[in-house]
Amino acid sequence: MSEQQDFIERARSPFSEAFEMFRKNHAAMAGLFVLVLIVVGGIVGPYLYVGDPFEMVWAPTTPPGEEGYLLGTDYLGRDMVSMLIYGARVSITIGLSAALLTVFIGITVGALAGFYKGWIEEVLMRITEFFQVLPTLLFSMVIVALFGASLPMITLAIGLVSWPAVARITRSEFLRIRELEYVTAARASGVSNLKLIFKVILPNALPPIIVQAALMVGSAILFEAGLSFLGLTDPNIISWGQIIGSNRPYILDASYTVTIPGVAIFVTVLAISLVGDGLNDALNPKLRQR
Amino acid sequence: MAPLLKVENLRIELTTRDGIAPVIDDLSLELNAGETLSFVGESGCGKSMTALAIMGLLPEKVGRIASGTIMFGGEDLSKASDARLREIRGNDISMIFQEPMTSLNPVYTIGEQISEVLRRHQNLGKTAAWSKAIELLDAVRIPNPNGRISDYPHQMSGGQRQRVMIAIALACQPKILIADEPTTALDVTVQAQIFDLLRDLGRETGTATILITHDMGAVAEMAERMIVMYAGRKAEDGPVDQIIEHPRHPYTKGLISCVPHLVATLTDERPELTEVRGIVPSLRDFGRDTCLFASRCNLADDKCRSKRPPEVHFKGQQNSACWHAEQL
Repeated sequence: MSEQQDFIERARSPFSEAFEMFRKNHAAMAGLFVLVLIVVGGIVGPYLYVGDPFEMVWAPTTPPGEEGYLLGTDYLGRDMVSMLIYGARVSITIGLSAALLTVFIGITVGALAGFYKGWIEEVLMRITEFFQVLPTLLFSMVIVALFGASLPMITLAIGLVSWPAVARITRSEFLRIRELEYVTAARASGVSNLKLIFKVILPNALPPIIVQAALMVGSAILFEAGLSFLGLTDPNIISWGQIIGSNRPYILDASYTVTIPGVAIFVTVLAISLVGDGLNDALNPKLRQR
Repeated sequence: MAPLLKVENLRIELTTRDGIAPVIDDLSLELNAGETLSFVGESGCGKSMTALAIMGLLPEKVGRIASGTIMFGGEDLSKASDARLREIRGNDISMIFQEPMTSLNPVYTIGEQISEVLRRHQNLGKTAAWSKAIELLDAVRIPNPNGRISDYPHQMSGGQRQRVMIAIALACQPKILIADEPTTALDVTVQAQIFDLLRDLGRETGTATILITHDMGAVAEMAERMIVMYAGRKAEDGPVDQIIEHPRHPYTKGLISCVPHLVATLTDERPELTEVRGIVPSLRDFGRDTCLFASRCNLADDKCRSKRPPEVHFKGQQNSACWHAEQL
């Protein structure tokens, strides 16, 4: 009896079960570790490694390790370590806020379309398709060029071109779940439409959306790097892409000024992808029993 | 005393690819407080549609109430607003479904799901609703309700989940409980337990029950009155014992002779076990002015194939819609 009791006691909610699965995935845990390192570095770095990233500290293009500068200086003689730390802040901020914006728009549109069907779905999905067929980089360049290259505007631009994927996933999940018996049962016990959408159906639709959102953070960081490489960024803010873009002419003389932020972007996005993959394995019931 | 629920001349139309089909055609019924009424019939006879219509849950844009009234407490539910229907659902009229395995939301604990209904309809606080939920779990005979209340649905067996569904349905002491094939997905032993539970709780709370089933055994055990549905029409209705004793419709007769154990004593000669030949006509044929059972009936003649039979009344409130009802 007590053994059986233990077994019952140990069983947990679907989400804590997924967390258990995630913990057993070494690659995903490694990705999470790197990600936490980058985030913590971006937050506390400026206090540990004091230095203005815009200040010229030494001769331009000093190679890494010389004169006490771990990663050297860029073409204007700025400390690369300092720049990387501040760049991490910008990349992570943009990645997260753009992903949040994407998920917010995507869930709203997808949930309404999938729940109400009929003409609402028609209209919303046509709008979604409109945004989906726009050339993403061009469209966001136009937005940034027209409305100014500030952080919020860059975030908005990335969010506006990325939400259709989330909307489509949300809609398809809603279309599937709305026909399930527990939704009918909830209706039969008098639940209002708003609650059906957000309290009954959405929690069950979340797993694939969470995975998509995690991957979205990575692609938003890449997107921002792309935009700032092209110079479409706030010149008063240092980001990894911007470091690459501004040091581009000196790539032959000081290749490390381009390589180091490039590696930073690569490692960050890789870590996010690993986490996203791990979430996918953990949250997708079909993969769970492997 | 006025009946609790009175359905009159209900007609429900479904929009199909072949046009509009009347899935429920001119159905009238009465349900009195505290009684158990059973809908019997094969799949696709419109039993569930009737239940969904009473709840106001017909599939949107596909099904609609074309005519007729559903009177509940002086209110016509077929014309009630969505908001009013939501108030009634789960509070005055509630429903349990066929598939207990999928009728509970997998991401919430059963305690959350039971107390949610109580908080919505009875304005109970969080702790009050929680302790009421524990009482309800105890009432539906789930052992160790204090421990099981924080369980998730996947930690329970099918029978236990159906008990939870019953607890949710009866949480607000509704006046009517609609049970749509509540035991079809369960083991035979569990079936009997669920029926016992439904009957006892129905008696305690004075809830009237509409039991939808295709199992004549369940009807005999549970219900006082029954309505036999065929192809969206009422074939026969009346008190259960009377109909089982002397069915006045060939379809009812067929259904009863499909069940092996309905003899009074073991020594009685068992009638041969038969089947009802053929299948229910397709929706396309539902509206026809003929007896829809004629294609499967031994007694069918030209009259049956050319004119819809009127309802014939017998003593003891037994009615049958058959041209040959008198001879049966």
